Amino acid sequence: MSAFSAVLKRDLRLARRAGAGASLGLMFFLVLIAIVPFAIGADQKLISRLAPALLWIAALLATLLGLDRLFQADEEDGALDQFLLSGGSLTMLVLAKALAHWLVTGLPLSLAAPVLGLMLAIEPQAMLPLSLSLLVGTPALTLIGLVGAALTVSLNRGGLLLSLLVVPTAIPTLIFGVAVAKAAAEGRDFAMPLTVLCGTTLFALAISPIAAALALRQARG
Amino acid sequence: MTDQTSGSLLRLANPAVFNRLADRLIAPFAVLTLLLFVWGLYGAFFVSPPDYQQGETIRIMFIHVPSAWMAMFVYAGMSLSALGTLIWRHPMADVAQKCAAPLGAGFTLLCLVTGSLWGKPMWGTWWEWDARMTSVLVMFLIYIGVIALQQAIEEPNRAARAVAILTLVGAVNLPIIKFSVDWWSTLHQPASVFRMDGPTIHGSMLGPLFIMGIAFLMLYITLLMLFMRAEVMNRRAERLELLAAEAD
Repeated sequence: MSAFSAVLKRDLRLARRAGAGASLGLMFFLVLIAIVPFAIGADQKLISRLAPALLWIAALLATLLGLDRLFQADEEDGALDQFLLSGGSLTMLVLAKALAHWLVTGLPLSLAAPVLGLMLAIEPQAMLPLSLSLLVGTPALTLIGLVGAALTVSLNRGGLLLSLLVVPTAIPTLIFGVAVAKAAAEGRDFAMPLTVLCGTTLFALAISPIAAALALRQARG
Repeated sequence: MTDQTSGSLLRLANPAVFNRLADRLIAPFAVLTLLLFVWGLYGAFFVSPPDYQQGETIRIMFIHVPSAWMAMFVYAGMSLSALGTLIWRHPMADVAQKCAAPLGAGFTLLCLVTGSLWGKPMWGTWWEWDARMTSVLVMFLIYIGVIALQQAIEEPNRAARAVAILTLVGAVNLPIIKFSVDWWSTLHQPASVFRMDGPTIHGSMLGPLFIMGIAFLMLYITLLMLFMRAEVMNRRAERLELLAAEAD
């Protein structure tokens, strides 16, 4: 467990020292939202209807953004080999890195979503459910991305390939995440999509760290 | 029985043995495939009646449905090969998976294209975001991901294992994606869609459909053997080149 917290602290510190850290992901989120009116026009009603979908797609893209470097930096400076040699659980290491990644991308996005939702004229009653759906769903995005990052660890420009691998698998999360916000905006009960969304996250939590650890081990030996 | 099968599977791990077997089997399988296609297509075009609702366009079904079957069948086979690669390190499992992926992607694309061609006269649009079409599209994307990863990693053993993991992750996720797309589709049900599964299939169509299914399966097996034999030879050629370079 100490290895877990050590990796977690290290990754958070690295994110903070890399300059912007969490705020950079947020700025990317903001930029994506800011170009929406330019693409679809300043039609407030239309934007309001599209808002949950836009926020979710922006969250997916923002999550994908840093993923290709998640294990690559460790592979390049030898940290990954040290982890493998240390004999500790690779699954726990991978989980710690996922948690650190989520803390600097998914969590800030979820917390900032209501503010951005205001800009997109989202229905007031959908604001909190949308934030909740992101809070519950973005860990799944990070965890699914983890497997893609581990599979493409040895590739120099794996970013595009990574998106190709990760996005299809993220479809269920996207569907149920948007469904929560949409149901809330229309004043319907959103318990069902929310529970399924929790299910996807738990499922990803059960499968992804193991698959990612396996992929990392295969890539090294 | 089990001992025998595992024994013969072990013997097939030798690529030379596999190639000798493929040399002998490819020609008869190719002939069988051809005969089945002639029989099945004759049935599809001349024996089976036009549908009372869909008219002649129903004949697209004889290509569309078998390719959909094959799209799923090939992925299932790839998942088994992936297990073979990861658990037993069976050398031919990796070859089989590598050669099956483009074939599976091809069948999936055929299914999508014929579905689109069928959709135009039936639904009045080339593409409908209907649950089945969307799931098949996602499946196609997963096939493309597998092929892309395979091509991106240069070292063959590493590529094989990475692709095997990706294939299994995909296999686990496909049912979940299917379920969520179905749910999503009922939520966004368009008003006037002609349901493909509305009328049940009449017996006179079932016969040719079944023969076409077998013909597609035989086509797949023939092509897979052909591709695998080529891949084995390809690897041998690469190895020889490497040895020659080392000897210099």
